[in-house]
Amino acid sequence: MNRLKQIEEKIFRIISGFAAYSLIAILIYIIAIIFIKGFNALSLDMITKTPQGGYYYGGEGGVLNAIVGSLYISIGATVIAVIIGAPAALYLNVHMIKLKRTQNTVRYLLDALWGIPSIVYGSFGFTLMLFLGMNASLLAGIITVALLVTPIMVRTFDEVLSTIPKGLHEASLALGSTRTETAYKVLFKQGFSGFITAILLSFGRGIGDAASVLFTAGYTDLIPVNLDEPAATLPLAIFFQLGSPIPEVRERAFASAAILTIIILIISLGARFLAKKYSKSNLK
Amino acid sequence: MSVENLDTINWNMPETDTIASESSPIVRINELNVHVKDHHILKNINLEIPKNQITVLLGASGCGKTTLLKCMNRLTDLYKELKVTGNIFIEEDDILNTSTNIPTIRQKMGLLSQRPYPLPVSIYKNVAYGIKLKGIRVKNLIDYSVEKNLKEVGLWDEVKNRLNSPATSLSIGQQQRLCLARGLAVKPRIILADEPTSALDPISSKIIENQFKVLKKHYTIILVTHVLRQAVRLADNVVFMHDGRIIEQGKPDELFKNPQTEELKNYLVEGN
Repeated sequence: MNRLKQIEEKIFRIISGFAAYSLIAILIYIIAIIFIKGFNALSLDMITKTPQGGYYYGGEGGVLNAIVGSLYISIGATVIAVIIGAPAALYLNVHMIKLKRTQNTVRYLLDALWGIPSIVYGSFGFTLMLFLGMNASLLAGIITVALLVTPIMVRTFDEVLSTIPKGLHEASLALGSTRTETAYKVLFKQGFSGFITAILLSFGRGIGDAASVLFTAGYTDLIPVNLDEPAATLPLAIFFQLGSPIPEVRERAFASAAILTIIILIISLGARFLAKKYSKSNLK
Repeated sequence: MSVENLDTINWNMPETDTIASESSPIVRINELNVHVKDHHILKNINLEIPKNQITVLLGASGCGKTTLLKCMNRLTDLYKELKVTGNIFIEEDDILNTSTNIPTIRQKMGLLSQRPYPLPVSIYKNVAYGIKLKGIRVKNLIDYSVEKNLKEVGLWDEVKNRLNSPATSLSIGQQQRLCLARGLAVKPRIILADEPTSALDPISSKIIENQFKVLKKHYTIILVTHVLRQAVRLADNVVFMHDGRIIEQGKPDELFKNPQTEELKNYLVEGN
């Protein structure tokens, strides 16, 4: 029996280890391919210049327009998602604490919204844009991506808040805090690392999504200076360059993908640093 | 205002000279019933709790002690399924049927739960949180009160050099005393202690018990426990509960030496 348990333990460890290392290997492979294929095209010009004449035929320039456009859209959308999503998640966990059925229904609907393909958000954003008489623009892109990432923000933060011990909630109320004080001064602090994770996931989804901005943000070789101007994004820049028959342009697509990966990596590391720094006082 | 003059401020703390006689109850409970759907958790509870004494709610797990405690600061409001009827008078205010807002009611009663729940901030900010809830914003006053409350629970000397460290860096026993200091900072009339030593080692438990003996000069303490020896050590009054009812109540000497009911006799036999 003991021997059987040892064999079982060994098999489980091998399967789990294989699964974990496979994932890491796949991730490394993807990143390696992107960097290897884009290495020749990676240059300072790529990140400091906008496309010059004939850029998509191998001419001079870079993708600064798409980098800035992506950052504008994803930061704008994440800010909107935080403004709507953080209070919504706190409301779910503080004010709706007695309404379990409503709470579960809201969670179910948010999960459904999370699962809707981004092209549907893109189509909805496009319809909304036409209804409001707007052109494809930075603002339309921000609003559409905000719709896409808000459910992610709410549910990710909500998941962390729902794991906070009820005793902490009660301890705060017992001191005479109102529910709002408990939400913002206690639960928000305890769930801060989850809040950072929610921002990271929202930002990552926002900056990497192409379908939602395809109809709404438009595309331009210029850096937008107003909200009503069209904006380029990195995913669309990759898409347009990857479809080119010219090898140099396709290399630039991989270089653009590498830039996108680096941006996400920097944001991720920064967020983790912040989450760690501000969760030192958290109740374990 | 100098720190030396801070003691002249009215902190709303009951003064020793205002301690009422044993006969004046601070809490009166009339016909309290709590239901969860068809389950009757607390059955016709009638109880008077005297001022500035330690009243121990004693009984086996599941007999309704904690529910009774949570009724007193209306934490039962967090549970939709609980239906609470009856009256609980804290001083003259019926807290179950009052226009007074609930946070004000809760500030009259400090809660010490089974395990400590320090807020996710520093040691200093944990105590300051309660003080700020009372509307005090002056830094000197907050500093003074933090020190005063930490001294009151015997924690000041252990933490005075690391007030900005996370509260979670303290040992579990220190965390429990910090939670007590935080509760005292809002100047409650009553301390509701729900098995506050159940997660602590014997030394930390003894420190908390000793604090209770000192604190009862200024506060009324309602202690929930199922530990018979703790009840013997601390209680001025004992309320024995069984299956949602109050079975017997009285002074510990009388109650433990001459139990009148089978339930208490059995409990004492098991407890010993």
